[in-house]
Amino acid sequence: HCSPSARPRSSSRAMSEEDEDQAGAPPKRPRAASPPPPPPPPPPDQVLDNVLETVLQFLRAPGDRGAASLVCRSWHRAESATRASVAVRNILAASPARAARRFPNAHHILLKGRPRFADFNLLPPGWAASAFRPWAAALAAAAFPALRSLSLKRITVTDDDLDLLARSLPPSFRELSLLLCDGFSSRGLASLASHCRGLRVLDVVDCELNEEEDDEVSDWVAAFPRGHTDLESLSFECFTPQVPFAALEALVARSPRLRRLRVNQHVSLGQLRRLMALTPRLTHLGTGSFRPGDGAEDEGLDFGQMLTAFAAAGRANSLVSLSGFRDLAPEYLPTIATVAANLTSMDLSYAPVNPDQVLLFIGQCRSLETLWVLDSVRDEGLQAVAMCCKKLQVLRVLPLDAHEDADELVSEVGLTAISEGCRDLRSILYFCQRMTNAAVISMSHNCPELKVFRLCIMGRHRPDHVTGEPMDEGFGAIVRNCSKLTRLSTSGHLTDRAFEYIGNYGSSLRTLSVAFAGDSDLALQHILQGCSKLEKLEIRDCPFGDAGLLSGMHHFYNMRFVWMSGCSLTLQGCQEVARQLPRMVVELINSQPEIEKTDGVDILYMYRSLEGPREDVPPFVKIL
Amino acid sequence: MAGADVDVGTELRLGLPGGGAEAAKAGKRGYEDTIDLKLTLPTGGMQEDSAGKPEPAADKAKRPAEAAAADPEKPPAPKAQAVGWPPVRSYRRNAMTVQSVKIKKEEETEKQQPAGAAAGANGSNFVKVSMDGAPYLRKVDLKMYNTYKDLSIALQKMFSTFTATGKIRHRNEGKMVEAVNGSDVVTTYEDKDGDWMLVGDVPWEMFVASCKRLRIMKGSEAIGLAPRAKDKYKNKS
Repeated sequence: HCSPSARPRSSSRAMSEEDEDQAGAPPKRPRAASPPPPPPPPPPDQVLDNVLETVLQFLRAPGDRGAASLVCRSWHRAESATRASVAVRNILAASPARAARRFPNAHHILLKGRPRFADFNLLPPGWAASAFRPWAAALAAAAFPALRSLSLKRITVTDDDLDLLARSLPPSFRELSLLLCDGFSSRGLASLASHCRGLRVLDVVDCELNEEEDDEVSDWVAAFPRGHTDLESLSFECFTPQVPFAALEALVARSPRLRRLRVNQHVSLGQLRRLMALTPRLTHLGTGSFRPGDGAEDEGLDFGQMLTAFAAAGRANSLVSLSGFRDLAPEYLPTIATVAANLTSMDLSYAPVNPDQVLLFIGQCRSLETLWVLDSVRDEGLQAVAMCCKKLQVLRVLPLDAHEDADELVSEVGLTAISEGCRDLRSILYFCQRMTNAAVISMSHNCPELKVFRLCIMGRHRPDHVTGEPMDEGFGAIVRNCSKLTRLSTSGHLTDRAFEYIGNYGSSLRTLSVAFAGDSDLALQHILQGCSKLEKLEIRDCPFGDAGLLSGMHHFYNMRFVWMSGCSLTLQGCQEVARQLPRMVVELINSQPEIEKTDGVDILYMYRSLEGPREDVPPFVKIL
Repeated sequence: MAGADVDVGTELRLGLPGGGAEAAKAGKRGYEDTIDLKLTLPTGGMQEDSAGKPEPAADKAKRPAEAAAADPEKPPAPKAQAVGWPPVRSYRRNAMTVQSVKIKKEEETEKQQPAGAAAGANGSNFVKVSMDGAPYLRKVDLKMYNTYKDLSIALQKMFSTFTATGKIRHRNEGKMVEAVNGSDVVTTYEDKDGDWMLVGDVPWEMFVASCKRLRIMKGSEAIGLAPRAKDKYKNKS
């Protein structure tokens, strides 16, 4: 068992290890849902519990809830009984039975699976292919009878899982959101559509669906029941096959509550116009291809018609978010200017918009708070954004060509412009080929509200391209001057000094991603000994070894996970961690299963868990 | 067929076209004049080829050598690209490959590209890959590879999860078995004319230009394909 000095502090988000230490599950509270016989006057301590529950319902923030649950047993009981939003940020860390015992009245459940680096092909497929199965079974067995919404992120979900859920979820169930999931196909969607009565939200975002033969793709859109649906949100931008438009149009026509509609890239501009006519009060629109098609809906389509369509949306004043543009026909881009004034969010990250095209609408975007673009907008485009979008809080500049030797499209010029124009910036993700310390330092001074700073200089080990120096000073300034910073991703040539800064000043950092950086174990030591609030650490291809890893022993139980790949760890070092921290699941993963590796550790992925090591372990994973 | 008494010689390999140790073992298959592309299922044994990488991402398939503590001033080897770097998801990477090719074309010709999201002629060439017994299809972008060897490595990776978890149904037992005892499989493709050919018969470029989809099937079902392929392309050239 863990020693007092390593006693886990309750993370504000994940299930706390305190549960186990407080001897058993909390007793079920009697609920007043079913009509009871007239109750005797409650004993004094139960009066307190009832009052507690009533009061605690007003506590929403996960951090507050976690803190409240640690006060004492009765607070723990009351908080557990009244917690409506349950987040299991690592489904391997807690079993559904445990979650259901503690939080029987959950309304919203969030489950997260794979670590983020799996998005970049660093984790072989099938790493935790059946992790969701027990959850599906538990949900189907009414483990959470009051469940209203389920959000899954980075989880492998099969068609059978979806079918099981669709048929068995409680009647209160309304919302399903699948983000960055995989393992299912149109068949699973069809099950949801046909069996999930009263579904209000079906959002399938950035998922990788299984390929299907063309003639086997299920028409899930047509599978929704006849008559009016309760749909409020429907998102399927990542659905690769074509959805029959007649079915889609019919569904939208009989969904009077629809407010968010995000369609895939096969929906043409003419079809979009038809859908927009059916949904005058849309708040979020995913525009599909944004290009005229060949079908009947696009006959005679011209600029004027699209302008009228968007102008109508603009007058309705409800549209706040635009996305899609998956195959943008640039001559139609100006039509969005008529709605631009009301937009708070715009995702152009699949549209290679150039600076001239940006100028066609950006002047209207005075209310924009979130903007995702490709670096095709270039520094000039970013300068325009900086001038016009004074309320900008979240900016992502993604690469048109994601290669180390791609053309330089944006640089420190764009970053500086943004920092000078958008003083309210909270979060930035910026891909570029060249950067300077001066620009990063400038942003650290201009944008004190920054919580997320993710800079990706695409060439590995690239220094400041003007001075030739490492990027240490830039990142140092960010951690020093941005006191609210909780998430940092580094890139470029960084020495141990950068991590000394991060350790010394990054006291509020919760997530840190490091790639191709540092000189020695000292860097890792700085991180682990300095960043006391660190919860998520992702490291790839850095010269860090066992000494660095072991310097974090005092802190690992307070973290959600540590990922280290391509570093210099050895089996002995990882075994030492596993030995000293029995509640950590220490996984050694071979990223190339077909090549047997005998020396060194390829990927270390370790996470705390209440359940111990998982049982379904693929051959390329070794749990210490 | 391949039963429990089979020795290492019948292990499934995705062999090099025309050479290497695997081809010698492939000789027993009987297609002397053709190149066998057999799927090697992971048995824990060594593969002699260089590191292949999982998905058909746009970057090449080599690990960065500079993971060890090298001189920090030394720039990385110019041609070796790292897996998953820059950190962009493959879906976006692939979508942008199509887009950026279109833009280059538009800039050159100043003409609108034909509408539709189908793979561009130069951008990408996604074909469906099915494996008999696998629960679902995959897709590969043939433009990502330069040789049969690269393709074979990718296919191996793609379907290794099925075999590693025993999902391939083998004829001799009719239930999930470990890959090492499995039956032979070969890779075939459907060409523009709708004919099914063995992969590996023709020069790579010709293959890419004519391949519409791939299918990994039982070896015995592929008997008889080889002679047709040879004749067909003999007449064409």
